[in-house]
Amino acid sequence: MGKYIVKSLLQMVPVLFLISAIVFVLVHVTGDPVNLMLPETATEEDRAVLSKALGLDRPLYIQFGLFLYNAVQGDFGHSFHYGQSALPLVLERLPASFQLAGAGMLIATLLAIPLGIISALKRNTYLDLFISGLSALGKGMPNFWTGIMLILLFSVILGIFPVSGKGGPEHLVLPAITLGAGIAAQMTRLIRASMLEILNQEYIRTARSKGLLETIVIFKHALRNGLIPVVTIMGLQFTSLIGGTLVTETVFSWPGLGQLLVSAVNTHDMSIVQAAVFVIAIIVLAVNLLTDIVYRYLDPRIKYS
Amino acid sequence: MSLLSKSQADGLSGKQPEETEGKWRHGMKSLLKSKTGTLGILIVLVVCIIAIGAPLFATHEPAKISPAQRLLPPMWLEGGAPDHLLGTDNLGRDIWSRIVYGSQVSLIVGIGAVLLSGAIGALLGLLAGFYGKWVNAIIMRVADAFIAIPAILFMLVVLAVLGPGLGTLIFVIGVTNWVSYARVVRGEVLSVKERDFVKAARALGARNGRIIFTHILPNVLSSFIIISTMSVATTIIMEASLSFLGLGIKPPAVSWGGMLSDGRQYLATSWWVATFPGLAITITVLGVIFFGDWLRDMLDPRMKSKE
Repeated sequence: MGKYIVKSLLQMVPVLFLISAIVFVLVHVTGDPVNLMLPETATEEDRAVLSKALGLDRPLYIQFGLFLYNAVQGDFGHSFHYGQSALPLVLERLPASFQLAGAGMLIATLLAIPLGIISALKRNTYLDLFISGLSALGKGMPNFWTGIMLILLFSVILGIFPVSGKGGPEHLVLPAITLGAGIAAQMTRLIRASMLEILNQEYIRTARSKGLLETIVIFKHALRNGLIPVVTIMGLQFTSLIGGTLVTETVFSWPGLGQLLVSAVNTHDMSIVQAAVFVIAIIVLAVNLLTDIVYRYLDPRIKYS
Repeated sequence: MSLLSKSQADGLSGKQPEETEGKWRHGMKSLLKSKTGTLGILIVLVVCIIAIGAPLFATHEPAKISPAQRLLPPMWLEGGAPDHLLGTDNLGRDIWSRIVYGSQVSLIVGIGAVLLSGAIGALLGLLAGFYGKWVNAIIMRVADAFIAIPAILFMLVVLAVLGPGLGTLIFVIGVTNWVSYARVVRGEVLSVKERDFVKAARALGARNGRIIFTHILPNVLSSFIIISTMSVATTIIMEASLSFLGLGIKPPAVSWGGMLSDGRQYLATSWWVATFPGLAITITVLGVIFFGDWLRDMLDPRMKSKE
């Protein structure tokens, strides 16, 4: 187990290296970094100072080396918009994003597991058709529109929840539903398929033919195994969770990492963009590893190779 | 000859045309049988017709600003003007006409980006599957890195550097989404490569290029069409999201996502500005998904969802 984790951690290094290379190439080769990093109002002096500070007169591979050297130490440069070091600004936004992502994932799971199971058990009935319709709708509705429609209904017309911002738990409800609905739609389909596969297995037929109660067959035999792939599914949904968080935070002015990143892109605040990309990439890699470990723990048939 | 079954004999004597015709008839039959499939193809057709014939369907210039007519409700509501079917936005522009022209952007980006990512993915998947070894190792590691970064993040970085615009949008979505094509094509190549007809072709002295184009590509085609159709749906949402964030299509060009972003600020007084463009996106995407589901069931029974 320990050996496997170490090996996986080592495998992350080339991926992180590739990501940093991509970001570096994008920022340093496709445009003049000085122009990208400075606001349009910067003076010639500012440009000259920054150009020298960045070492832009040196060969490209030395620049890349320096970039990596600084990045490893958590130094992504200063944000011109906030006048502070970029990494702390990014880290400071993480708790709000985690809160939103966690609540969204919770709602998605609470919706998708029962709906997926019911849909599989009542396959080809009107109930199944209705649930499939719902999940198709969830897939077709862009989540920023879902968010806006929720604001229209619950904030503007009914006045139950606040329109935007962060405060008490009531501020979290609409953004979490917005984020959770889209993910629930995908998860429901996958859980349904996973349950259907399990229900066709021999041991389920055996359990049924033994005369066991259907509830015992479903909850003790089928569900336990049917939920194993769900862990992987939840892990896989994580990248779409991050994409969804970006948009949802913008819709609801939720002060998380996504909102910071989108505004940084709009204002060309490249140090924040770089820092945010790194932080998110590391989180994604960590979650992938965690998913893998949990999956292997749940299903002992998989060997650590 | 008598030892062969009829279908084998057909295959040997090369009765291609009849077979294809049968496939088409089978396809049409299954399309009419599947209600969602029929609905999907109808929606896709309507959206395509509207996009191509936009000047015919639009009642106003999509970018024409008329301050006197700002925020008029849809025509069936009190205060609505008879010539503004779905009302007007904060600058007095006609919402129906903007939705009509917005369909062009959705389709151009949707189809353009999918063609680009399909081409990149097919090429890399073929190379990885066919040549194996270090070619495969490099391509698949790059694919891993692309999977590790959420697509939208990569797009944001590229758009931050290159700036928004139609071409950039197609480029950035196309370059980001090639991984699923590469994986499927590679998998298919690996399995096809070992089959007897490819081995036979190689034994007869066929070169790599010939084997790829005449033996491998046709076998990969159906999985390829299925992923492409599904990708059009996600690409349309992706374009709308980026335009909504202010990073996609810039005015005066019209995008459904951009319209939604305009309408968000007037939600309290004028619900229609944000509602109709969102409805347009949802209906179009659902149409493509339904069409794609049916296409998958028809082209590849192995992938058919268990029903």
